[in-house]
Amino acid sequence: MPRRTDISHILVIGSGPIVIGQACEFDYSGTQACRVLRSEGYRVSLINSNPATIMTDPEFADATYIEPLTPEFVERVIDAERPDAVLPTLGGQTALNLAVALHEAGVLERYGVELIGADIEAIQRGEDRQRFKDIVRQAGGEVPESLVCRTLDEAVEFAATVGDRVVIRPSFTMGGLGSGLASNADEVRTMVARGLSASPVHEVLVEQSVVGWKEFELELMRDKNDNVVVVCSIENLDPMGVHTGDSITVAPAMTLTDREYQHMRDVGIAVLREVGVDTGGCNIQFAIDPRTGRMIVIEMNPRVSRSSALASKATGFPIAKIAAKLAVGYTLDEISNDITRETPAAFEPALDYVVVKVPRFAFEKFAGADPVLTTHMKSVGEAMAIGRNFTEAMGKALRSMETKAAGFWTVPDENLPKDELLERAAIPTDGRIYTVGQALRAGASVDEVAAATGIDPWFVDQLALIIEVGAGVQDAPTLSESLLRTAKRHGLSDRQIAALRPELAGEDGVRSLRHRLDIRPVFKTVDTCAAEFAAATPYHYSSYDEETEVAPQRDREKVIILGSGPNRIGQGIEFDYSCVHAVMALRDAGYETVMINCNPETVSTDYDTADRLYFEPLTFEDVVEVVHAEQQSGTVAGVICTLGGQTPLGLAQRLKDAGIPVLGTQPEAIDLAEHRGAFGRVLDEAELPAPKHGTAISFDQAKTVADSIGYPVLVRPSYVLGGRGMEIVYDEEHLSDYINRATEITADHPVLVDRFLDDAIEIDVDALFDGTDLYLGGVMEHIEEAGIHSGDSACALPPITLGAADIDAVRRSTMAIARGVGVRGLLNVQYALAGDTLYVLEANPRASRTVPFVSKATAVQLAKAAARIAVGTTIAQLRAEGLLPAHGDGGDLPADAPIAVKEAVLPFARFRTPAGDQVDSILGPEMKSTGEVMGFDATFGAAFAKSQAAAYGSLPVKGTVFVSIANRDKRAAIFPVKRLYDLGFTVLATAGTAQVLRRNGVDVEVVGKFSDGPGNVVEKILAGEVDLVLNTPWGSGGPRVDGYEIRTAAVTAGIPCLTTVQAAAAAVQGIEEISRGEVGVRSLQDLHAQLTEWRNA
Amino acid sequence: MSAILVLEDGRTFTGAAYGAVGETFGEAVFTTAMTGYQETLTDPSYHRQVVVQTAPHIGNTGVNDEDQESRRIWVAGYVVRDPARRPSNWRSLRSLDDELEAQGIVGISGIDTRALTRHLRERGAMRCGVSSVSADRDALLQKVLAAPPMTGADLSAEVSTQSAYTVAAIGEHRFTVAALDFGIKSMTPHRMAERGITSHVLPSTSSPDEVVATGADAVFLANGPGDPATADVAVETVRELLRREVPVFGICFGNQVLGRAFGFGTYKLGYGHRGINQPVQDRASGKVEVTAHNHGFAVDAPLDRASDTEFGTVEVSHVCLNDNVVEGLIARDVKAFSVQYHPEAAAGPHDAAYLFDRFVELLDA
Ligand SMILES: Nc1ncnc2c1ncn2[C@@H]1O[C@H](COP(=O)(O)OP(=O)(O)O)[C@@H](O)[C@H]1O
Ligand SMILES: Nc1ncnc2c1ncn2[C@@H]1O[C@H](COP(=O)(O)OP(=O)(O)O)[C@@H](O)[C@H]1O
Ligand SMILES: [Mg+2]
Ligand SMILES: [Mg+2]
Repeated sequence: MPRRTDISHILVIGSGPIVIGQACEFDYSGTQACRVLRSEGYRVSLINSNPATIMTDPEFADATYIEPLTPEFVERVIDAERPDAVLPTLGGQTALNLAVALHEAGVLERYGVELIGADIEAIQRGEDRQRFKDIVRQAGGEVPESLVCRTLDEAVEFAATVGDRVVIRPSFTMGGLGSGLASNADEVRTMVARGLSASPVHEVLVEQSVVGWKEFELELMRDKNDNVVVVCSIENLDPMGVHTGDSITVAPAMTLTDREYQHMRDVGIAVLREVGVDTGGCNIQFAIDPRTGRMIVIEMNPRVSRSSALASKATGFPIAKIAAKLAVGYTLDEISNDITRETPAAFEPALDYVVVKVPRFAFEKFAGADPVLTTHMKSVGEAMAIGRNFTEAMGKALRSMETKAAGFWTVPDENLPKDELLERAAIPTDGRIYTVGQALRAGASVDEVAAATGIDPWFVDQLALIIEVGAGVQDAPTLSESLLRTAKRHGLSDRQIAALRPELAGEDGVRSLRHRLDIRPVFKTVDTCAAEFAAATPYHYSSYDEETEVAPQRDREKVIILGSGPNRIGQGIEFDYSCVHAVMALRDAGYETVMINCNPETVSTDYDTADRLYFEPLTFEDVVEVVHAEQQSGTVAGVICTLGGQTPLGLAQRLKDAGIPVLGTQPEAIDLAEHRGAFGRVLDEAELPAPKHGTAISFDQAKTVADSIGYPVLVRPSYVLGGRGMEIVYDEEHLSDYINRATEITADHPVLVDRFLDDAIEIDVDALFDGTDLYLGGVMEHIEEAGIHSGDSACALPPITLGAADIDAVRRSTMAIARGVGVRGLLNVQYALAGDTLYVLEANPRASRTVPFVSKATAVQLAKAAARIAVGTTIAQLRAEGLLPAHGDGGDLPADAPIAVKEAVLPFARFRTPAGDQVDSILGPEMKSTGEVMGFDATFGAAFAKSQAAAYGSLPVKGTVFVSIANRDKRAAIFPVKRLYDLGFTVLATAGTAQVLRRNGVDVEVVGKFSDGPGNVVEKILAGEVDLVLNTPWGSGGPRVDGYEIRTAAVTAGIPCLTTVQAAAAAVQGIEEISRGEVGVRSLQDLHAQLTEWRNA
Repeated sequence: MSAILVLEDGRTFTGAAYGAVGETFGEAVFTTAMTGYQETLTDPSYHRQVVVQTAPHIGNTGVNDEDQESRRIWVAGYVVRDPARRPSNWRSLRSLDDELEAQGIVGISGIDTRALTRHLRERGAMRCGVSSVSADRDALLQKVLAAPPMTGADLSAEVSTQSAYTVAAIGEHRFTVAALDFGIKSMTPHRMAERGITSHVLPSTSSPDEVVATGADAVFLANGPGDPATADVAVETVRELLRREVPVFGICFGNQVLGRAFGFGTYKLGYGHRGINQPVQDRASGKVEVTAHNHGFAVDAPLDRASDTEFGTVEVSHVCLNDNVVEGLIARDVKAFSVQYHPEAAAGPHDAAYLFDRFVELLDA
C-alpha cells in the first residue's frame, strides 16, 4: 500500500530550544522527517523556535516558521498555511504537549487538521501515568503500587502505606522535571509540592520505589497493519533511581536470558497495542528485580524520544525517518533498509558490537546545585561509543567526555580506604564510575561493589577486567607487544597507558611504540544485521580487531570534518550545525566528506549526512587513526578543525605537528587569538583598545593590578571556555575571596584580571576572511550590557542603537584582527562599546555559537562559505558563485530590514541545592544557558516579544509587575516602568525603588522584601499574584541577597524575570506591540526573499 | 592456551581455547541471535555444525537447568569473541565455560568473529576445524578436507530419540499428536501441551503404521539437522500418512520433508538463515512476523502460483522478506501445512506462536 494521497500538506512541529531532557536529538529526528516527507512529494511546513537547528534551514521545508512554540503561534501558522495534517511525534514532549493543547482548544477541529503518527487518545493513555498503569495491567504486565494525587494530603497518606519510600512524578513533564525520590515523610511533602507546580495539569504520581532494580528500555516501531518490531534493547548500568538520561547505558541488553528478553518484548508489544500507538516509534522502560527476575513496566513515551536517537545511532535503524514514512501510510515491509538496500525495514537489528552511552554534566556551573543523580534528569549532553566488546566501548565513551578525566588512571586517586570508596560509590553522582574503579583497585570485590552500587555484577566484572588489564600494563617488567594489544582490545587509550608507564614518554611515546609495532585499530561497519548482508552505507567505528572494512575511495579528494562532541554548556548544537553545513558545501564542491563525531543526538552523526561517518571520540589518538585509515584508502585534502567549537580547535596544532594537513585557519593563527599575550600584541599593532588588564598568581599581585586599573575588575582563570570561573569583583575583599576559592593558580595558569567595563554595550560579530577580503556576516547588539556572557544575553540583529559610524568601526577593527591573526574562514569577535571607545573583549578564530542565528537572520549561510574558504575558494569567487551575496554584507542591512532577536534559555529550574532550594538564576560573565530561541519580525518590539514568548512563555499584557532595582539602575528604569504603569499594569516595588518611582508619577504599592517576613513579595510571586518581575542585582549585598529569593521564586512560578534594565526596556516595547495585536507570523523563506530582493535591488 | 580455526578454503583464525580442549570438525555456520545461547547450543539442528556467534559477549547469563532445548549440547564446536568471565543472572547455576568443558565441546574465543562471518557470507557455509591441541594449520586443513560435507548428510537418525516417549497435555487433554523426531526441541511439545495436546515423540524412522498406532489425531514433523534430500524414508512415510488423510504440521526440516512429499525439490542456501530476527510474511494476511530461523536448506516451490500435486493444490504460505526464500507451505485439499522456521521460538520472538493455534484449529475442524 503506497503513501496516503488524501493529504498533501503536513505541518511538522519541532521541539524548540535545547534544554536539559530535550536536546538536539529532536533536530536529528525532525530533519529526517522533513527530508522524508518532502521526498515523498508532500508540502512541508515547519514550526520551531530554535534557529540553531538544521531542520529550520530554509531548504528543509517549503515554509519554515521560526516562531514561539506556543498554542497561539502554532494556531497562527496553521491559519496561515492551512495544512491537511500535523505530525507531532518527532518534536519531543514539547510537540506532543502542543498537539494535545491544540486539540483541547479545538484548533485542529476548527481548521480540519488531522493528527498523524499519533492520536490524542493514545497520547493521553501513554502519558497519563495512572491510565497507563491500568493499561499495562490489562496487557498482562506488572506496575509498581501507585496513586495519582492532586493534593498534598492525598500523597502523604498514600506514601505512608508504602513506607514513605516513593518516587514522585508530575504528569506531562519531560526529562523527569520536578520528580524525585523520597525516603521519609518530610521529603514526600516537599517533593509533592514541587511536583504539583511542575506539572502542567497539577497532578503527580506517587509511586512505590524500586530503587536498585535493573533498568531497561525497548525501542519499538509499529505500522498501521499492526506489524511491530523491537529496534533496540538498552540496559542501564546505573540501576533504577537514576534517570536513564543520566545513566550510563549499554546496547544491546547484556544480562538477560532469551526468556527474560522475550517476556519483556511480549509485554512491550502488548502495551504498545493496548495504548494504541497509531504508527511510529515508541519507547518503553522496564525494571527487573535482580533477585527474582520480577519485571515491572515503568513508563512509555508514545513518540520518538532521546533514546530513539541513541537507538538509531546504535543500530543504524533510522527510527525517525521510518516513523515519518509510517505516519503517511507506509508499512514496515514496504520500506527498505537503506544500509543493506536489499532487505526491508520490517526486521529487528542484530548487533555484533557493544554501544555505551555516557552522560555529560555541568554541575560546576550552578553553585550549590545538588550533584546527586536521581529520577529527574540533570545531564546536559551525552557521548556514545561503539566497540567490539564492552571494555573497548566503555573506554572510548569515557574519553569522549572531554572532562578532566578521560578514563581510569587519567586523574590522580584520592587514595581513600576501600570502605570509604564503597560508601561513596553507593551514591549515584557524576563520575561514580571512577569511584568504582578506585574501589576495585583498593581491593573491593566484584560482589562488594555490586552490592554497594546496584550495578549488575557482570558490568562490575567487566570494569574489574579493565582494572586488571591496567594493572598488568603497570606491573609488567617491560610492556610487551601482546600486553599492549590486550590493553588496546580492552579500550585503554594511549594516554591511559602512558599514565601507567611513565617511562614511555607520555601519550606520544606510547603512540610511536604502538605504530612501530603496527598495533592500529581496524574499522568495522554498523550494518543493522551483524554482517549477515552486505552493507551499502559506510558508517564505521574503530576496534582493535583483525579485519578492516574501509573501502578504498580514490576518485574524489577527501575532507575530514571534526565535530564538537558531547553537548555541554557553551558548546552545543550550534557547532553541529556548522559542521553539517560544511559537509553539504564541500560535497557540492566535489569533495568526499568524512565526519568524525561521538554525539549520538546530532544530525552530523546521521549516517547519511556525510559520505562517511566515523563514530569516534574526538581525541588526538582517535582522530589520527581515522585520518590514517582514510589516507590508506584515498587522498585526504585535510582536516577542518574550526567548525566544531573548542574541541577540534584544541587538536589543530597537534594534528599539524603530526604532519596532517589542517585546512582553513592555521594552528599558529589560532594560538595568536587564544593566547592572551600574543593577542594583546596583535591588538597593539592594529592600535585597537582592549580593557586594561594584567595577570596575577597571588592575591598581592592581583591587588596591585586591580588597584592600578581600578574596580570593578573581571577575574578569571586563563584558558577558559564559556566563561568558566569568571567573576566580576567590586572590591578588595571579594578579590581575596576569589583568589582563595580559585584553585590551581600557577605560574603558567595565572588569574587574568581585566578592567570591568561598566555600562558598556556588548557587540558580537561573526565574519569571514580569506586573507584579502572581509565579509562581515552580522553585527549583533546585546540587550544586556557587557558583563553578561554573550551566550546568555539576548541580542538583536541588525543592531538597534548602533549608528553607521559604530558599524564602520566594528568592520575596520574586525578586518584588522582577521588580518593580524591570519584567519582563513570564520572569525567571531566580541566588543564592548563604552562611551565612544570600541574595546575588544576577545576573538575566536572559529565558527561561533551565533553562526546559525546570523545565517538565518541575514539569509547567508556563513558556515558553508567558511568551509569553502578552508579549501581555497576566495570570498570574491563565493560572491560570484552566489554562496555569498554579490555585493553588500551583514553589516549594511537596510533600516527597514526585519529584525532578529536571539534569547538564551536557562536551566535554573532543573537545579536545586541538596536542601531542595533553587540555585540562583542571576546572570554573569559565566555562561549558563543550554540553548537559544529566535524571534524574527519587522520591528524590534515584536521580535523581542516573540523571543520572550519562545523562551519563557508569552509576556503579560496586563496584570502586576514587581520592580526592585539596584541604585545605579534606578534612573534608567524609570521610563520603562512608567510605560508599564501607563499601559495599565499594577506596580509593586520595594521601598527604595518605590520612592524613586513615586517621584516620577508612578503610583506604586510597596511590598516587603523577603527578609521583611510574612506578606513579602516572594510569597506574592509564589501565590501567583505577580505576572512580571524586574529585578537588577548589583555587586554584593543590596538586592543581591533578596534578589536571589525573588528571582528563584519567579523561576518557580514560571513568570518572566528581567534582570537588566535593558531587557526591561525591550520587554516594554514587546508588550506594547502585543497589546496592539500586531504580532503575526511570517515564514523564513518569505523574510529571506525580502532580504535577497533588497540586496539585488 | 591458544587455539586455531581453519576453514575448508584455508583461511585461518588464531584465538584462545574455549570450553573443552581438543580438536573438532563440522560445518562452520553463524547465528546472529543476541540472546539464547543456551537454547542454541542444545538445539539438535546444530548437530555437526561449528557455530559462530556474531554477538560478541557470550555466557553473560550463565547456564541454568530450564532453558536447554534437549538432553545435551549438540554443536560440534563453538566460536565466540568475548566469553563472560563471570555469569550474572538470578537463574544461573554454572558458567557456560564449565558447561562446555563438562560436555566436551571444543571452542575457540577471541577471534574476529565478524571477519569470519563476512567470509562465510561471501564464500558460503563450509567445513572447518578447531583445535586447541595442535597449532599445525596444514595438518588441520587436511583433516577438514577429509571430513564429510553437510550436503548429502543424513543426520536425523543420529539425533532422534531411540524410543518413543510422551509429553502430556497441560490441563485439559484435547488432542493427541505423533511427533516424528528428526531433532525436536523440548519447547515444541511444550507449546503443544500448553494447548491441550499430548505428543507421542517417535523415532525419525517410525513407519506410517507405527504412527497411526499411537492413535494420534495428527502428525507433527519436527526440525532437525542434515540434508533433506537424504530423508527418503521419512518422505515416503509422510506421503503414506497424507494418503491416509492424517493431518500434518511440519516445521524446519519437517517443512522440507513435507515439501518433498508434495513433490518439491530442496536446495542448499549459500549460508542459510540462522538468527532470531528474520522477517517472514504471511502471504494470506500480509502481516510480518519476526521469527527464529535455523536452516541451511530450503524448499524449491514457485512463489507466483499455486502448484498441483499428488495431494491437490499446494501454495507457498510464507516467505522471508530478506531474500524471498520459501518459509511455509499450505495444502488446500488435504489437512497439511508447514513452516521453515521455529514457531516454538526458543530462542526467539513469539510472533509465530499462532501457528500452533492454527494447528489446533486444523484438528478441531
Ligand atoms: N518506581 C520507581 N522506583 C525507583 N526509580 C524509579 C521508579 N520509577 C522511575 N524511576 C527512575 O526515574 C527515572 C525517570 O522516570 P521515568 O518514568 O522514566 O520518567 P521520565 O518521563 O522522566 O523518563 C527512570 O529512568 C528510573 O531510573
Ligand atoms: N572587560 C570586560 N568588561 C565587561 N564585560 C566583560 C569584559 N570581558 C568580558 N566580559 C563579559 O564576559 C563575557 C565572557 O567573556 P569572554 O572573554 O567572551 O569569555 P568566553 O571565552 O567565555 O566567551 C563576555 O561575553 C562579556 O559579557
Ligand atoms: Mg523515562
Ligand atoms: Mg565570548
